[in-house]
Amino acid sequence: MFRWLLGSREPQAGAEKTSILNPGEEQTQNPYTELTVLKAHNDIVRFLVQVDDNRFASACDDGSVIVWDVQTGEVVFELHGHTQKITAIVVFPNNEANGERTDLMLTASSDKTVIAWDCERGQEVHKASDFLSTVKKLLVLQGLDVWLSGGGELRVWSRDFKVLAETVSFSDGVITSLIELPKNCVAAAVGKDLHIFKLGAVGSEKWDIAEVKRLSTHQDIIRTLANVNELTFVSGSHAGELIVWDALDWSVQAYEKNLSQTSSPQDVSPENKLMPLQEEVSIQCTASDGECVFVAVCRSLYVYNLQTKRVIAYQRHAHDSDIQHMATLPNRQLVSCSEDGSVRIWELRSKAQFHAESVPAGFFSMWGFGKSGKQSNNTVKRAVDTGIIASLELIGDLIGHSSSVQMFLYFQDHGLVTCSADHLIILWKEGKRESRLRSLMLFQKLEQDGDLQAWLSLH
Amino acid sequence: MIGSPDLVAFTRDEEYDSPLQSCPGLPEEYSVPLFPYSEAESSPWSRLSGAKFSRDFILISEFSEQVGPQPLLTFPDDPRVRGAFDLNYFSLRIMSVDYQASFVGHPPGSSYPKLNFVEDSKVVLGDSKEGAFAYVHHLTLYDLEARGFVRPFCMAYISTDEDKIMAQFLELSGDFSKASECLKTGNRKAFANELEKKLKDLDYTRTVLLNEMEDQQKTDDKGFYTTQAIEKANELANVEKSIIEHQDLLKQIQSYPYRHLKGDDYQPYVPETPQDEADSETANQDGNDETEVYPPRSSYTPKFIKAKSSKCFDKKLKTLEELVDVYFFTQTIDLLTAIEKRYRGDVSYLIMRHLDRTLLGQQAIANFLFEDVSTWAPKMIDRQYPGNLGTQQNVPSSKFVEDSEGANLKPSLSMESYKSSVESVPIKIEQEMFNDDQDVAGLGDPSGNSEFLEAETKGSLSSGESIEVLRTEKSTLLIHSESQPCLRLHPSPQPRRKVGSRRTISEDSIEVLSTCTSETVIPEDFRATFQLAINEEETSPEGEESANNIQDDPIANEGDVMVDPACCIRVESPHLEDLGGDVVPGDGVVVSVPPQPGEHVSQTFGQVKLSVEQVDNPTEEASSPPESHYLLSSMDAEKLTLDEDSTSFRSSASTCSDRTPSPPPVTTLTERQKRRAGQNALMFIRQYPFSHPAIYSLLSGRTLVVLGEEEAFVKKLVTALSVFVPNNGHVAKPIKPWVTSPLHIMDFQKWKLIGLQRGVTPSGCNTLHSLSRYSRYASILDADNKTLRCPVYRGNLLPRLADHRTQIRKGSTYYMHVQSVLTQLSAKAFLFTFCHHVHLPIREKESEESITQRRTAFLQQLLGLSQEDSKIIEYLSELLKMHYLRESGTPLLPVLRFDYIPSVLYKI
Repeated sequence: MFRWLLGSREPQAGAEKTSILNPGEEQTQNPYTELTVLKAHNDIVRFLVQVDDNRFASACDDGSVIVWDVQTGEVVFELHGHTQKITAIVVFPNNEANGERTDLMLTASSDKTVIAWDCERGQEVHKASDFLSTVKKLLVLQGLDVWLSGGGELRVWSRDFKVLAETVSFSDGVITSLIELPKNCVAAAVGKDLHIFKLGAVGSEKWDIAEVKRLSTHQDIIRTLANVNELTFVSGSHAGELIVWDALDWSVQAYEKNLSQTSSPQDVSPENKLMPLQEEVSIQCTASDGECVFVAVCRSLYVYNLQTKRVIAYQRHAHDSDIQHMATLPNRQLVSCSEDGSVRIWELRSKAQFHAESVPAGFFSMWGFGKSGKQSNNTVKRAVDTGIIASLELIGDLIGHSSSVQMFLYFQDHGLVTCSADHLIILWKEGKRESRLRSLMLFQKLEQDGDLQAWLSLH
Repeated sequence: MIGSPDLVAFTRDEEYDSPLQSCPGLPEEYSVPLFPYSEAESSPWSRLSGAKFSRDFILISEFSEQVGPQPLLTFPDDPRVRGAFDLNYFSLRIMSVDYQASFVGHPPGSSYPKLNFVEDSKVVLGDSKEGAFAYVHHLTLYDLEARGFVRPFCMAYISTDEDKIMAQFLELSGDFSKASECLKTGNRKAFANELEKKLKDLDYTRTVLLNEMEDQQKTDDKGFYTTQAIEKANELANVEKSIIEHQDLLKQIQSYPYRHLKGDDYQPYVPETPQDEADSETANQDGNDETEVYPPRSSYTPKFIKAKSSKCFDKKLKTLEELVDVYFFTQTIDLLTAIEKRYRGDVSYLIMRHLDRTLLGQQAIANFLFEDVSTWAPKMIDRQYPGNLGTQQNVPSSKFVEDSEGANLKPSLSMESYKSSVESVPIKIEQEMFNDDQDVAGLGDPSGNSEFLEAETKGSLSSGESIEVLRTEKSTLLIHSESQPCLRLHPSPQPRRKVGSRRTISEDSIEVLSTCTSETVIPEDFRATFQLAINEEETSPEGEESANNIQDDPIANEGDVMVDPACCIRVESPHLEDLGGDVVPGDGVVVSVPPQPGEHVSQTFGQVKLSVEQVDNPTEEASSPPESHYLLSSMDAEKLTLDEDSTSFRSSASTCSDRTPSPPPVTTLTERQKRRAGQNALMFIRQYPFSHPAIYSLLSGRTLVVLGEEEAFVKKLVTALSVFVPNNGHVAKPIKPWVTSPLHIMDFQKWKLIGLQRGVTPSGCNTLHSLSRYSRYASILDADNKTLRCPVYRGNLLPRLADHRTQIRKGSTYYMHVQSVLTQLSAKAFLFTFCHHVHLPIREKESEESITQRRTAFLQQLLGLSQEDSKIIEYLSELLKMHYLRESGTPLLPVLRFDYIPSVLYKI
C-alpha cells in the first residue's frame, strides 16, 4: 500500500513550495548554458577568491586551498598547510614600487595560523602562528602595503610578516567584519559596535594603531559591513537595522529600522504576514553598485536607494532560504546565492521600463513535471505610493549544487564560479562563447598540424 | 583420378561462383555468392550435412608418448557444440600432419642434448567423413621428463565451412600464433623452473654420493676398490655428466631468443608464482623411491636421484596445465576463448563485418560517435603501425613477392625466426628420403631403437593416403631443398598444393611416410578448383607450378618435394594399418590451400591488423580502468550474454578481469546485444508515440532519465534507447542502466541515459526531489505512467529514423537502419564542424552576428535541417570538437551543455 502510494505519486510531489519565485525553464537572458563540475575538495568549500585573470583559489573547511585555472578547470596548485578550516582568504597583490614580483595569497585558519602563499609557485612563503584566537578577517591595505588580521585583536603586518602594530584584545567579542575606510582608517565590527581605527607609521618598523571612534548605534550584532562608495559605507545588524554611514566623519546618514516594514506592509500577501518576523529580519549581506544598496534580509532582497533613502524595489522570496552571498556584476546584474543551493541572477528595472515590456509569455512557466500551475508573476507589486519605483527581475537561476552555495566569483571572460557545501565547485560558462572558443582551438590545432592547408586552398 | 569426395565441394564452389557475375547491383566487395541449392530442407549454412557438430570450436590435442593422440580441451567446453564429432579420431588426424621437426637430442658433433626452438607449423586440413575442416596449429612444449624433452601439441580451429578457414587463414594463424606464443612462453618458464630443481636434486645427489664414497674409503682403507666403490664412482660420474647436461639445457632455455615482434603481447610480466608443489611432485616421480625425509619447506628441497630412472610408462606425464606456468595458461585459455568468440558465425558475416569496419575506420574523426568500440581499433593501428600497413597495401600489386618480402608480410615469421629455425633444424632433404636415419634416431631418445625405420619405409610405399595437406607456412618460406632447383629458382610464396604427405605414428617416434618425389602434372579439374580456392591467381605464371602436388617430407618440413599424384591417390596401405591402431585410417582427405598475403582476401584481412588490434585492446583497457565500469557491456554483457556464453569454457567475466596483459576484453557489442537493442528500440518506437522527442533528447545531448519501479523494465527501455546515445569519446557509451540513489549534477554531466528507480526506498522522496530540481537538465520518461517530459521536437529527421509504422521487423535490421541514419548524421556533423567559415570570421572584424547568421544558413539551407535537427548537429559537433582536441593533446574537462527550453508532458 505504502509502496503503491509512493509509486503512484507524481514525481514532483513532495518538496515544492509554490510561494517562491520561479524563473521557469525558458530563460532567454540567462547566458550560462554550459557547466563544468570541479571536484577536488572533500569538505565544504567556503571561500573563493580571484587570484588573477585566469585563476582563482578555493578554500575548504578541511584546511586545504586549491588554485584553479578558470578556463580549463584544471588544478594549478593544491596548498596544504592548515590543519583546520579556513576562516579568511585574501590575495595580496604584488607591489611594483617595492619590487615584489609575485602575488601573495594570505589564508587564515581556525588552527590560529596565517600563511602566505606564493601564487606563482604554489609554495608557502610565510607563516604566522602566534595568535591567541582565530583570525576571522584579513584585510589588505594595498596603499600602505600592509595587511591586517582581525580576530580577538587587530594586528597590522608588513608584507614580510612582521607585526607593525597591535590593538589590545577586544573585551566584548571578536572582529567579524573589517573594511578599509579613507584616510588610513579601518572599520571593524565587534559585536554590536563598530570600531574605527586609524593607522599611522611611526617609524619604518613601527606603526601606530589607535581607536579613534566607537560607534554603538546598532541594537544587535552587526552582521555585515560593506563599502558602498568613497564616501559611504553601510552596516547591517541581526535585528534588521541598516545604517548608512559617512565614511569620513563616521556619522549616520540614514537609519532603517526594518526594511520589510518600510516597504509597503499593506501589500504583503497573507501568507507573508504569517511569517515570524523576528527571524526574517536579519541582514545577511549587502552589495551595492554605488547608487543603490542591495540588502539581503534572510531570503528577501531589498534595493535601497541612497539618494532617496527609500527602498525602491524588493523581492520577498528571492530564495527558498537564507542568502549567503550577493554581488553586482559589471553588467548591472545582481547575483545572489543562497542556502537553498541556487544562484539567481537579477536585474533592476525601473517601473516605466517594466510596464512597457510586458512579462514575456512562458517566462514564468511552471516548474515541475508538466503539472500546470498558477502563473507566479504576481510578485510585482503596484506600490508606487510606498516608493517602489522599480522591480527586481529574475533573469535566470543556476541549479547545480545540492547544498548551500557559499560563495561565487565572477570572471569577466569566463563566467561564474560557485562553491558549495556539497564539496563541489561549478564553473558556469556561456555555452555559445565556449563553443566558439573550441572551434577556434580546433582550427588552430588543424593549422598546427597542417591539415588546414587543404581547406584554405579550397576556399 | 582425384576421386576424393572432398573435391566435389570445390567443383560446387565453382558452380555457384558464376551467379556472382550476373548480379552487378552491389559493389564488388559486397557481393556474396548466392546459394545455389534449392533443396527445401537445407539451409545455406548446412552445406556439409555430414558434419557431426553444430558450431565451430577449438580443439587442443596432444600427441602423448604413452597413449598417442588425445584431445585435451575444447572451446567452448560444451558437449553439445561438438555433438557426435569424434574428437579422438580427429586428434589423430590433426596430430598426424605435424610438420615441425621437433628435433631434440644429441645432434651430431655435439656432446650435449640440444634444445631447438622450433617454429610452429600451420596447416589447414579437411576431413570429408567428419565434415570438418580445420586450421591446425602445431606447437611443441618442453618437458624434462618427456622423450626428447618435447611434447607435441596442436590447437585446431574446426569448422564445417572450409571457405571460412581459408578466408580467415591469416587471421587464424595470427591469433593462434599468439596463443601458442603464450603457451610456449609459459612453458619455457616452467621448464626452466623444473630444470633448476632438477639441478638442485642432482647437486644434492652428488654430495650424497661423495659422502658415501668418502665413508667407504674410510671404512676400508685396504687400498683397493670394491665393486661397490666402483659402482658408486660410476654413478657419481653419471650424475656429474647429468649436471653438466642439465646446466647446458638451462642455459639454452634461458637464452631463448626473445625475438618477439613489435607489438608484443605477453611481454614483461612474469608472475612470481613458481609452482613448487607441483614441480616437486613431478620431480618426485623422477624415479626417487626413497621416502621423503626432509620436512617440507617453502623453498625447494633437493632430493636424491637414483641412477636408473624408472620406465617411462610408469611415470605420469604432466598435464598441459602443469607444463605451462599457470599465469600463462589462464591467459592462453582466455585468448582461445576470445578467438572462438571472434570467429563465430558465417564467413560472409565475418567478411562483411570486416568491410564495415574498414569503411568506418576511414571516418577516423567522427566514428566514435555512434559506432561501438570495435571500430576504433583500426584507427589505433593506423597510427601505430603505418609501416606495416604500407607494405600490406603494396601487396596486391606484387603477387610474386620474394621470400624475404613474404616473410615481412607475416610478422610471425620474421627473418630472424626464419633463420633460427633453419639453423635449428639441421635436416637436409635428399632425394633419398630416408637416409636421414641418424637424424631421426637422434630424436632425443638415445636408447630408442630404430625399428621404426622399417615401418617408415614400408609405410612410405603405401602412402597415397588421403590426408590432405595444405601448406605449412614454413614450407613456403623455407625452401632449401637442394634437390629441387626449380623451387629455388622460383621461390614463390604461392600456395602449393600438397597431397599425401603423412606420417604414421608409432609408439616410439614420429616419422614420415612418403614416397615419390617426381614432379607431376596436375589434372585439369584439380587445378581449377585449386585456383578457385585461392581466389583466382590467373595472373600467376606460376599458378600451374604452384598447384603441383607436393609431397612434403614431414621431417624436413621446410622442403617442398614434388610428388607424383598417382601416389597421392588413395591407396590402401595394409602395412600401415597392420602397424597398429595408431595409423591414420585411409579416408578421403581434402587438399586445400590457404590464401596468400597477396590475395584479395588476405589483403583485407591482414594478419598485421589483427594481431596489432589484439595487442592494443588490453593496453587501451589498462589505460582507462575507471571507464571500464561505464561500459554498457560490462553491465549488460553479463546479463545479455549469460545464456549464450554459459557454454564457453570460461565465463566472460574472467576475460574482463583486471590483469593488465590479459587478452582483449570483450568490450564490443555482441551481435546478440545489438539484436536485443534493436528489437527493444523497435518496440519502443512502436509502443510509444512520443519516441521522437525522447530520441531527440538523446541526440541533442539532453540526459534522458527513465524512471520506473521495476528494474528489468527500466533496463529494457534503457537498452532500447541506448542505440541512440552518442559516445563522448573512446570510452563506452554514457549510459547508466540502473540507479537507486538520488541523482547529482555530476550524473548529468557524466551520463546521457539513466535508469532511475522510482521512490521505493526510504530515500525515494529525495530521488524524485533531486530529479525535479535538476529537471532542466533532463528529460524524464516515466516508465510506469507512460509519460515523457521533454522539449518539443518538430524536425523531420527523426520520423525517418524512428517510424512507428516501419516495415522493419527484425531487431538487427533495425539496428543497422539506425546505424546508417546516425552515420549520415555524423557525416553532417563532421562537415559542420570542420567548415572553417561557419565558425570563424572570413573578413577582419566580422561581427559575431554575421557569423551566426552564416552558421544558421549553413545548417538550414545547405544541410536542410530544421531548428531541432540543427541542435542535434550542433551537439554532435561539440562532441567532435572536444574529441578532436582531446585526441590531439589539449586537455578538456567534461562539460554539461544545456538549454533553457521549456518541456512539455507527453502522454500515451
